[in-house]
Amino acid sequence: MEMLPFILATVFTAATPLLIAALGEHVTERAGVLNLGVEGMMIVGAATGFAAAVLTDSSVFGIFAGALAGMALSAVFALMVLVFATNQVATGLALTIMGLGLAGLIGQGFVGQPRAAIPPVSIPLLSEIPVLGKAIFTGDFVFFLSLVLIGFVAWGLNRTRFGLLLRAVGESHGSAHALGLPVKRIRLVAILFGGLLAGLAGAYLSLIYTRFWSPGMSAGRGWIALALVVFAGGHVWRLVLGAYLFGGITVAQLHAQAGAIGLPSQFLSALPYLMTIAALLFLSISGRKGAGAAGSLGQPFVPER
Amino acid sequence: MGPERIRLSGITKAFGALKANDHVDLTLHAGEIHALLGENGAGKSTLMKILYGLLRPDSGEIRINGRRVSLPSPQAARAQGIGMVFQHFSLFEDFTALENIAIPLEGRIADAGLRAQVEAKARHFGLAIELDRPVHTLSAGERQRIEILRALMQEPQVIILDEPTSVLTPDEAEALFATLDTLASEGAGILFISHKLEEVRRLCSRATILRGGKVVAETDPRAVSAAELAALMVGEGVLELRPAGEHALGAPMLQLDGLSVAPDGVHGVALQAIHLTVQAGEVVAIAGVAGNGQSELYAALSGEGGRVTSGQVRMAGQDVTRRDINARRALGAAFVPEARLGQATLPQGPLSENVILSWHATESLGRWLLDTVRIGTVARNVIERFDVRTPSPDPLAAQLSGGNLQKYVVGREIERKPQLMIVDQPSWGVDARAATHIRQTLLDLAAKGAAVLVISQDLDEAMAMADRLAVMHGGHLSAARPVSALSRAEIGLLMTQGESPARGAA
Repeated sequence: MEMLPFILATVFTAATPLLIAALGEHVTERAGVLNLGVEGMMIVGAATGFAAAVLTDSSVFGIFAGALAGMALSAVFALMVLVFATNQVATGLALTIMGLGLAGLIGQGFVGQPRAAIPPVSIPLLSEIPVLGKAIFTGDFVFFLSLVLIGFVAWGLNRTRFGLLLRAVGESHGSAHALGLPVKRIRLVAILFGGLLAGLAGAYLSLIYTRFWSPGMSAGRGWIALALVVFAGGHVWRLVLGAYLFGGITVAQLHAQAGAIGLPSQFLSALPYLMTIAALLFLSISGRKGAGAAGSLGQPFVPER
Repeated sequence: MGPERIRLSGITKAFGALKANDHVDLTLHAGEIHALLGENGAGKSTLMKILYGLLRPDSGEIRINGRRVSLPSPQAARAQGIGMVFQHFSLFEDFTALENIAIPLEGRIADAGLRAQVEAKARHFGLAIELDRPVHTLSAGERQRIEILRALMQEPQVIILDEPTSVLTPDEAEALFATLDTLASEGAGILFISHKLEEVRRLCSRATILRGGKVVAETDPRAVSAAELAALMVGEGVLELRPAGEHALGAPMLQLDGLSVAPDGVHGVALQAIHLTVQAGEVVAIAGVAGNGQSELYAALSGEGGRVTSGQVRMAGQDVTRRDINARRALGAAFVPEARLGQATLPQGPLSENVILSWHATESLGRWLLDTVRIGTVARNVIERFDVRTPSPDPLAAQLSGGNLQKYVVGREIERKPQLMIVDQPSWGVDARAATHIRQTLLDLAAKGAAVLVISQDLDEAMAMADRLAVMHGGHLSAARPVSALSRAEIGLLMTQGESPARGAA
């Protein structure tokens, strides 16, 4: 029982980057844009964040630098798919490959350098709650930021005018254009937001989760974040649930590698994807069209003039 | 009649070589319901998109309430008091009715305040709407009421309705007319786009008639007959075709016996007990305004779509109702669909490989490996015999112009030596020279003894080619009658009203 708070804390730490990246991609996909470059934006955020932190000797600054780097990369994606109306799948894959290469270059001089942890934040009173209080209400500031982001995304998409327009653009860009909504401008904002969050998730990995930089350290988390968005089927609450579930699986996998769980760790690595397939099946059987994806997801938009 | 709301003068808009609008003038007054009449492709929708800020005119002037304005976007048009109800609804399927109404309203969200306003507006105009249901669960009539309410929420002085009754039941249409009458009596100007003459005569006090992008008449539709309106819409036109000489007709190659087909999609048209016979040696044309079931008929003939609920399709005397397109080809049929790229050909495949698409059904093109020599020879023959102008010896289908690709597709099918040729829109979007060439080719085919069925929205084309002509309207097909026994006005009436039982019996 005394292990539980510790395990919970590691689950939260493992889940936070997934949650943040997936929240960003969720917003992008609600606007009807499929950005498969999450992995690339994440690793560039990780490398840039770590490099910036070492150079300025400020991990907090590094976190923000990483987020901005992710956003910069997503701007390249936005230029391609919005201005030149390129195929989103191909462009996103290219972005991932480019991001992996770029990150290796940026992080070249920083491999193996350690960083000190950012001092954790405790919420007064709440963290005094016995057993679970310390696990939930003591953590790094990005963890708390991610909780704020959940609320921000859910509220922004469903309760604000901008969220209404963003979802409208994603549902049918043809109708949105016919009504005179600025389809490309709204999508640009959504793509940049997705990039910002992917970069933030990456910086979290290198500056909080592992606290060192090594090439390829994102290790497929960008893809898990994408799978999460599919798993969520358009609902933020399911996205949050999925993120902590997948985070839990990641931790369980580490324990499996150490031999503490009687399951092969490879099976646990595959589990997020298997669950995504199961969720897709479930959504498809339940008869919702497009399995909860935005109506014009992935289609290039070229207005007649 | 109230003060002048809108004056369009000299509006011109070209898409490439096609002049969609050519110096169009139109005036709309407050309290007036003004019809914009014309066939498909006459330029009605283009003109309305210009007025709603979706398209920019190449030249011409727009005045609203006497002031010259430019309308770079729908927001600008809405700010000038123009509202639009789209033909293909611009609704968001997964959203609720209330959210749909909120989207174009600057600064609004689907909250209680908006709900109260919408409900008040709906009561005033007698529009029943459930605001919390997602749109994809609603009927066509309910969807249109949402579109109309959405336009009304912005207190427009001018409302454009693009073919508003095309998806409505007669009762729903009557309810719409009542709403429009109320609106007009309260001072709004209404532009009513339609090709249904009776409803225009019932509702409108002015009518502007477009043909080929030009205004051909402006009149009071109640003062002239429906036949006169129809003649204005379809116009007169000459086509220089060499008619086939006298030749005997042979056995029936295509017989439809009471064919009824349920459509695939929600917007499809159900075919209702269609009877038609095409004999060897004759050309039968099916005319009609697009969207009256022609696409569904083509799909039923080629065996590509729709669910046959009763009746039979017979080709060369055999029942093929449940058989696929290849079985039909094996019986001597050949098909030219409306979509040249993507259906008739693979855009990114060379012409030689595109031969395989239809030839594989009846010809041997190699057992394990493709007989590239044979398909290359076939493609070369088609290119030579049918005057296909190509940029290289064996170009990709997408590299040809529309006219040349159509010549290739028609030629490819004729090279199969069909006894029954079914062509959907033989010259849609094709330049005049190529169009005449294609029509002549089909006439020659019939003269050599094949049965030819042409489905065409272009009445000039249908009349020039056909020995007999039938008209499609609302999923019904009129009896096929000799073209020489039909007047343009009669056909126009059949196109807009269908065949009334009394006249059909006469």
